[in-house]
Amino acid sequence: MKPLTDAAVARLRDAVDRPDAGERYEIHELLGRGGMGAVYRATDRVLRRDVALKVLTTELESGDIARRLEREARVLASLEHPGIVAIHDAGTLGDGRPFYTMRLVRGRRLDEQSKREGRGERLRRFLGVCDAVSFAHSAGVIHRDLKPANVMIGEFGEVLVLDWGVAKVAAELASAGQGAPSPAADGDTGPGVAVGTPGFMAPEQSSGAESVDGRADVFALGAMLRTLLGTEKVPPPLRAIVFRATAESASGRYPTVDALASDVRAWLDGAAVSAYAESPWERALRFYRRNSALVLLLLAYLTVRLFILWWRGV
Amino acid sequence: MNKPVLGLVAGGVLGIFDGLTALVSAPEVAPQIAGIVAGSMGKGLVAGILIGWFARKVNNLGAGIAFGLVMGALFALPFALMPDPTTGQKYFWEILIPGSMVGLIVGFLTQRYGTAALAKR
Repeated sequence: MKPLTDAAVARLRDAVDRPDAGERYEIHELLGRGGMGAVYRATDRVLRRDVALKVLTTELESGDIARRLEREARVLASLEHPGIVAIHDAGTLGDGRPFYTMRLVRGRRLDEQSKREGRGERLRRFLGVCDAVSFAHSAGVIHRDLKPANVMIGEFGEVLVLDWGVAKVAAELASAGQGAPSPAADGDTGPGVAVGTPGFMAPEQSSGAESVDGRADVFALGAMLRTLLGTEKVPPPLRAIVFRATAESASGRYPTVDALASDVRAWLDGAAVSAYAESPWERALRFYRRNSALVLLLLAYLTVRLFILWWRGV
Repeated sequence: MNKPVLGLVAGGVLGIFDGLTALVSAPEVAPQIAGIVAGSMGKGLVAGILIGWFARKVNNLGAGIAFGLVMGALFALPFALMPDPTTGQKYFWEILIPGSMVGLIVGFLTQRYGTAALAKR
């Protein structure tokens, strides 16, 4: 008997996984597959619009994973921010699998988009990510899986942070029931269980420590910044920002995402960066770059003054 | 700092500096230096506040620089035309050119920096 090719196996798997979306949704093509589920483009027949429908893959139909998907939906619903993809609906499909639908983002992943852009634009997009993550932190949610592949750049240039499946919700928020993302406040991941992506995971997160806080996201953002800067020659202040954000010890990092963003913004504005101690020469050079027209005008004024002195033979 | 105040400060500081340079360019005027500095600062303050007021009304770098240049020249002109009371010598270009340049610099400063007026309710 002829063995099945990988492509044939993948097609069969897709066919088996293809959700039975009932009357409301018409399922189209598979957009992507993650650790927990698959995302399809679907049409909402009631509202007559395209949405992204995330559903558990059949081989992962365990109670824990299903709860995690439901929890992700609740986390997303609790985070209303332009940088966080909006959730439209959640429920259970005809085949019993939990699903949720969200805004269908047409655009590119940050890692794909960044290859086409200059450093300034990449940094501005990075600041968009920081803005969304900072908002989530203020709502007591830690993403824990930030990486360029989990950020989409929409059609209008908007930055959207995706994949909140392993987000940790601050216990007090969960117990207070504000948006109630959980009884399982840490995303159904118990102590000693590492969640995230190697290379973007903070050391304390890799070790499965319970005390993971917002600084784990600061580490991931630092690693993301390093990836976005790529192999090009990186100016020392930006290198210092990456270095501080990705410090081994959480106490050595920026205390908040806002502090990290503030340093990146300062660099973009030509201002001093808190992570980098510049020399007097670098400070003077930075001042000149920031105020070159004014410096040139003052130099022109002094030149005129010197010319007058020379003219009068003083 | 709002634009008229920035113009006032920059005009005053540059005016003082401009007046003090007379000590180098025309050492013979040293006995009158206090009056020269006061006059130079005064015209810098008035020109500066006018240039700052213009910058608040018109947000255009070129227009701001041109206005500053004209204001600087206008305010320097009476002093440029005034002969030295002891020697009778005139310092027309020595006063007019740097004075105009000070106006130009204040024009640039007030366009580029300083906070614009708040929108009226």
